[in-house]
Amino acid sequence: MLIKQLSIFLENKKGRFTEVAKILGDAGINMTAFTVSENSDFGILRLIVSDTDKAIKVLRDKLYAVSVADVVCLHCPNQPGALGAAMDIITKAGIFIEYMYAFSMGDAANVILRPDNVEKCAEVLTANKLQLLAESDLYKL
Amino acid sequence: MIWNETMECMDREEMRKLQSIRLKRVVEHVYHNSPFYRKKMQEMGLEPGDINSIDDITKLPFTTKQDMRDNYPYGLLAVPHSEIVRLHASSGTTGKPVVACYTRKDLSIWAEVTARCLTAFGVTKNDRVQVSYGYGLFTGGLGAHNGVENIGGMVIPMSSGNTAKQIQLMHDFGATALCCTPSYALFLAETIHNSNIPIDEFKLRVGVFGAEPWTENMRKELENKLHIKAYDIYGLTEVCGPGVGGECECQNGTHLWEDHFFPEIIDPHTLKPVEPGQKGELVFTTLTKEGMPLLRYRTRDLTHLIYDKCECGRTAVRMGRILGRSDDMLIIRGVNVFPSTVESVILEMPEFEAQYLILVDRVNNTDTFQIQVEVRPEYYSDEMNKMIALKNKIAARMQSVIGLKPDIKIVEPRSIERSTGKAKHVIDNRKFE
Repeated sequence: MLIKQLSIFLENKKGRFTEVAKILGDAGINMTAFTVSENSDFGILRLIVSDTDKAIKVLRDKLYAVSVADVVCLHCPNQPGALGAAMDIITKAGIFIEYMYAFSMGDAANVILRPDNVEKCAEVLTANKLQLLAESDLYKL
Repeated sequence: MIWNETMECMDREEMRKLQSIRLKRVVEHVYHNSPFYRKKMQEMGLEPGDINSIDDITKLPFTTKQDMRDNYPYGLLAVPHSEIVRLHASSGTTGKPVVACYTRKDLSIWAEVTARCLTAFGVTKNDRVQVSYGYGLFTGGLGAHNGVENIGGMVIPMSSGNTAKQIQLMHDFGATALCCTPSYALFLAETIHNSNIPIDEFKLRVGVFGAEPWTENMRKELENKLHIKAYDIYGLTEVCGPGVGGECECQNGTHLWEDHFFPEIIDPHTLKPVEPGQKGELVFTTLTKEGMPLLRYRTRDLTHLIYDKCECGRTAVRMGRILGRSDDMLIIRGVNVFPSTVESVILEMPEFEAQYLILVDRVNNTDTFQIQVEVRPEYYSDEMNKMIALKNKIAARMQSVIGLKPDIKIVEPRSIERSTGKAKHVIDNRKFE
C-alpha cells in the first residue's frame, strides 16, 4: 500500500511552479495531491501524479531535480478524533513522521504521511484496521 | 635535518656569486638555443655579455603565462626534443594548459629540491609517504613521488580520489606522512573522524601540503585533527612543480631554493623591483633548468621575501604566505578569497557539482558573499532538513578553509552557466569609486 511521491527542487523564483504544472499538463499527467515546503532560497514541491514514471521522465528531460519517495495515504472518516487515533498508533509504534499533508472531501479525509519507516507505518496502520489507499485508488478520487 | 647544507646554509654573498655565475650561464643558453628568448632580448638590444652579475637580472625581459600560451606547446623549448624525458602540464582552467618539459638533469634537480623540502619537514628514509596528489600531467603526484624516493623513503603512490580507500590504506600501510592539497587533507581528516577508525590507530606525523594557498587556521585544524605537523610545500608547473620551496621546522616562511630558482618581488603595476621585504608579485628566473628555462617568470602570486637567516640555520631566502594573486584575488570583508580555493572545497564534496558562481556585492557598506552551487541529482532529498543540512555543511567547510562564511544558495540543476572557454566563476558588483 505504498505510494510513489515525487519531490522537485525549485528555486524561489517567479513562474517555477507554473512551468512544472505546464510540463505535466502537456504530457497528460494529472496531479492528485501536492504540497510545497519552502525556505527563503528554495522550495521542495512534493506531488502525487497519475503517471509517476512518465512524470519523472518529462521533468528530468527539462533538467528538474526529481527524487522519489514512498509515502502512505491514510483514508479515514472526516470527523473529530479520527486522525488523532491514527497518529496515536503511529507514535506508539515509535515511528517518526517527517512531514504530512491532507485533503478532505465530504465524509472522507485522505492524509499523506512520509514516515521515517514507511513499511512499518503501513504495517501498523493496516494491523489496526485502518484503511490505506493504493495508488490506483488515489487517482480515481 | 638539512638535506644539502652547502646550498641551504650558504653565506648570502657566496650565494650571490653562485647565482651570478648561473644566471650568466642560463642567459647564454637561452640566447643561443631559444628563438623565443633570443627575439625578446634582441628587441631590447640585449646580448648575453650585458649580464655580468645577478644584479643585472633587472635588465632581462619578463615572461608571462600569456607567452607560454602563445607558444603552446613547445615554443619555449631550449633543447632538442630528444633531450626531453618528461612533460607536465597545468590543468588549464583558463584555456590551453601550461606545458613544462624536463630533461633528465631537470628531473634530478627537481628531486633534489623536493628532497630538501621533505628533509626540512622531518621526513626521512624511515618514513612511509602517502602521495595523494594526482598522478599524471599535474606535477604534484610525480614531483612528490620522486622527492620521496630520492631521500629513500617509501612511497605509497595513492594519487587523488577514492577517499574511503585513501583512509583505509593510510591506516593499513601505516603511512607516516601525507602529501596532498591542504583542502583535500581537511576532507580526509573529516572523513577519518566520521569513520569508525580511531585517529590513534593512524601513524601519520607529517603533512606535506601545497598546490594551493592556505591559512594558519587551516594549519591548526589539520594539525589538531590529524595529529601531525603540517608544512607548506610550494611550487608551480612553469618552474618545476612542488619543491621550488618549502617550510622548515620553524614554520615561519617558505624557504626558496634560490641556487636553482632566483626569486624577485616586483610591483605588478610598474614592474619595478620593490624594496627588500616589501610585498609584491613573485617572479622567478630558473638558474639551472635546461629543457624550458624561464627568465623572470611572473607568477602572479603576491607575497614578500625575508632575507634574514632563519632559526633553523638555513640562509635560503624565505617567502611569506601567498597573500593572493595579482589577477584574480577577491578581498571580501577584509579576507582574501581565492576562487581556486572555493573551487577546491566544492570539488572535494561529492554532494555538489563542480560548477559554481561567486557573487560579491556591497549592501549598506558591508560586502555580501554568496556562492551558488548545484547539488548532484542523487543527493536531492524530499526532506527540507536534509537540504538545509547540505547547505550548512558546505558553508561550514568554506568557513574553515577560507575564514569567511559564505551565503550558500543551492540552485536548480544546470542553472549555472556552462562555458566551453574561460569559465566565469566570479561576479563582483561592488563599486569602489
